[in-house]
Parts: sequence; structure tokens; C-alpha cells
Amino acid sequence: MINTRDILETINMIQEENLDIRTITMGISLLDCADSDIDKSCDRIYDKICRKAENLVKTGEDIEKEYGIPIINKRISVTPIAMVSAASGGNPVKYAKILDKAAKEVGVNFLGGYSALVQKGFAVGDERLIRSIPEALAVTDRICSSVNIGSTKSGINMDAVRLMGEVVKQSAELTKDKGLVGPSKLVVFCNAPDDNPFMAGAFHGAGEPDCVINVGVSGPGVVRTAVSKIPNADITEVADTVKKTAFKITRMGQLVAKEASKRLGVPFGIVDLSLAPTPAVGDSVAHILEEMGLECCGACGTTACLALLNDAVKKGGVMASSHVGGLSGAFIPVSEDAGMIDAARKQVLSIEKLEAMTAVCSVGLDMIAIPGDTPSEVIAAIIADEAAIGMVNSKTTAVRVIPAIGKKDGEEIEFGGLFGVSPIMKVSTSSPAKFISRGGRIPAPLQSLKN
Amino acid sequence: MRGIITVIGKDKVGILAQISGICAEYGVNVVEVTQSILQDMFCMIMLIDIDNATIPFTEFSERTKKMGEEHSLVVHVMHEDIFNSMHRI
Repeated sequence: MINTRDILETINMIQEENLDIRTITMGISLLDCADSDIDKSCDRIYDKICRKAENLVKTGEDIEKEYGIPIINKRISVTPIAMVSAASGGNPVKYAKILDKAAKEVGVNFLGGYSALVQKGFAVGDERLIRSIPEALAVTDRICSSVNIGSTKSGINMDAVRLMGEVVKQSAELTKDKGLVGPSKLVVFCNAPDDNPFMAGAFHGAGEPDCVINVGVSGPGVVRTAVSKIPNADITEVADTVKKTAFKITRMGQLVAKEASKRLGVPFGIVDLSLAPTPAVGDSVAHILEEMGLECCGACGTTACLALLNDAVKKGGVMASSHVGGLSGAFIPVSEDAGMIDAARKQVLSIEKLEAMTAVCSVGLDMIAIPGDTPSEVIAAIIADEAAIGMVNSKTTAVRVIPAIGKKDGEEIEFGGLFGVSPIMKVSTSSPAKFISRGGRIPAPLQSLKN
Repeated sequence: MRGIITVIGKDKVGILAQISGICAEYGVNVVEVTQSILQDMFCMIMLIDIDNATIPFTEFSERTKKMGEEHSLVVHVMHEDIFNSMHRI
């Protein structure tokens, strides 16, 4: 029989340290649903999603009960809608509404893929879809949107960057009475992964199979507890401990992914090895960094600690799963992490420090509230900076900032639920307007002569 | 399929009888039991075989947990694979 200590360790991780499977996400290709008639397209999309994901939520719940591991979210990602709407033309918001209806019918809490990939330029339908994002996010409840505006191989599309600055701002204005849900469901990517199971940036890439199961694990609390048990160890031992813990967490994800794939009769795609925090106490990435020896997240040394954490999570996780993908790394969403919220309140953590941190961890400037009067070209410039970090370092970076309409820095906004609370962070108001208005493309960076 | 029941709580008369009683009631075979008492805390781990169970595993798990709650015990019933996958390569 399995060692008693091991059994109690697993139960403790789940009970006390918030270990969970953050999401089972079913990726569904909608390429075969495209039709020149938008109504036919919509009908096919609705039918396909309802057919493929009919048992997704129930299967997730069954696995949860049988294995005793909480599975927090069951979600769907679909082919970027810009590709489908390119065939049909018409108002893309129609697609958002039908996707929302399908998401509600099958009972998933979010559906991602109201997306466009424009890293090199706009194809038919791309610009129309991007301009419709603010309305689409305002009239639906469960739709998430993302736009990829740059990549290491193509450079950065600055026309799209400028447009996204405006879209983020409009999205906030349209949902200012609905708790600013618009921009909290909108991600601007550089090097967006095709198989990401995490919202709001999930979409089902064009090279993916027809239907696939991707799983995102989580467990910042478990890592923090493990690090807290070795208060006097040197940093090598800290890295080893994180690796071992990440291995255990990921094995759980692999098991659930395999089981879900078997029961649903859908191929297993990837496990995303991410440390995804929630506002719950004990589920914070910032607290892991503090456990490593920082007085507060955001202090000098934060980037180094985060680099170690992110790398060790991947090293531990890679061996535990047969296929790893998605974003894989530590997330640093400010409003969703109790430690980050505190650090931002104390003004130890600034947007500039967060930008530096994104150079060494997954994702990017995530769930950051900025003053409501921030001009759209400043938002565009934030996106450009972040995309440049991703482009040059061959990694995914993203921006999900929330312009808090009617509020200034120092105030706070509350999103509720998993989105948490966010102090509004100060943003430099020096104008990048001329740079942003130039448009064009930043050429792809050199992949040799690296210094 | 095999599962693992863990029971943690204040030690008192009849815990083992209650848990094994519910197993017998639903045709669940107890394969192995280890238990220890630290000060007055009772901790028991039971390996069970549910191949001939008369109700689905999830239902058995819920009923056992509920019975535990009624007696102020923390009871978990989980599939054996979760421990195997986490602690064995």
C-alpha cells in the first residue's frame, strides 16, 4: 500500500493548500462551420459546440468527485472567430452572441476565441472583428477575446497595437456600469500559444486537431508551503524543492487530463504547468517570492526570485507530463493575487517592476487597473513595450489592463470573484502619441548575435 | 478499481466499526487498514476494492463523507490512482 505520509501529504495539499485543477478546457475547431451565409455559420457553430461539449461539465464533476481533487473551471476554446467570420462577412457580434448561447447551454463558465491573429497584418475580417470586440464583450456574459499583435518570427504590427489601445479603452467605457468586465476578458498577446487552456487568452489554434482536451493545473499554496518548510536552506535547495513540488502538482494534472480525454473520447492535448493564483488567502504567487526571502513582492530581488520560480516549475513539471504546452509558468495577475494586491497597496510594486518581471515569467501585465483617463495611445504604448519583451525573448507576453473609468491612481476597484480587487496603479503620462500614430511594423528581431 | 479512505478525527469508540460497516453495506471490500492514534487524534487509512460495490463510487464516497460529518470525522474517499500518480514515477 502507498505510504501513509504520502497519502496525508496529498490530502493536505488539497485541503489546506488550495491545490486544484484550475481548468479543463476543450478546444473545438470551427473551421468546418464556416459558410458564406452568416446565419448558417452560426447554426453550425452552435450545433457543433453543443454536440462536442455536451458532457464536458458533467465529466469534469464526475472526475472531481471520484478523485477528490477540485476542478474549478470547465471551459471551451474555439478557432479564432476572425477566421470563421472572414468566410461569412456580416457583423461578427452575431458570432459572439451565438457562442455565448452555446456556452450557457453546455454550462461552461467561459468560452475563449473571439480572437484575431494579426501579427503581420490584417486579413479579411480581422479588423472588423477587432473593432467589434468592445460591443461583443459588453453584450455577452461568457465570451473572452484575445488578439495576437506580434511574434518573434513576424515582428510587431504597430497598426494593430494602435487599434488595440483604442479597443481596450472603448471596452472599458462600454462596460463601466458592469464592473469593467469588458477589458478583464480581453488579452493582447505577443507570441500567443495555440493550446492555452487559461482564460481570457484561450483560443483553439489553426494547427490543432478537431477537438482536444487541455488541462491547466495550479497550486501556488502548495509551493509556498514547501518553501516555508526550509527557511534556512540555500537557494539551490529552494529550486530543488520547487521542482519536486511542481512535479507532484503536474502529475495530478496529467492524470485528470488523461482521464477526461478517455471519458470524453477526445484526444489529450497538453497540460499547462502554471502557477495560477486566486485572491484566496494562501493561493498567491507573491507569497512564494516573499517566502524565498523578500520583505514584499516588488522589492529589489523580485525578478531574480521569479525567474528561479518560473524555471523550476517548468523543470519539475516537464517530466511529470507527456505533453506540456500553453502558457506554462508563473502568472502574476495583480488583482487575482492577495500578495500582489498588498504589495501594490503599499506601493512597493509598480507597473515598471511588473514589466521587468514579465521578462522572466509567463504571460505579462495581467489584471492591472490603470487610471480611467489614461489616453488610448498610452495603453497602446504599454502593449508595444510588453510585446517587444516577448518578441525579443521568444516568449509569450500579454497585456490585460483595465482602464478604471472615472477613477484615479490610489483608488481601488473591485471586480469580484476570481478577478479580485485592484488598487489603481500609476502610469507615466508622458505622451507616446507620435510613436503610436506612425503605424507600420516593427521588423522581426535577429535570432543570432544574442547579447 | 481501488480507492483509499482516510479518516481523521477525535478518537472515540466505534470509528472503525462505522466505516467498515458502511463498506460492508455497499459491497465494498476492505483490503488493508492502517491506523494510528497521535495523542487523542485518530487517523486511519483504508485501502478498498470496489469492483463488486452495489452503488457507484461517487455515491459511496458522498455517503461515507456524510456519515463522517455526522460523527465529527473528516473522511475522504478517493481513487487510488491519484496517490499513485503523485508519489510514484
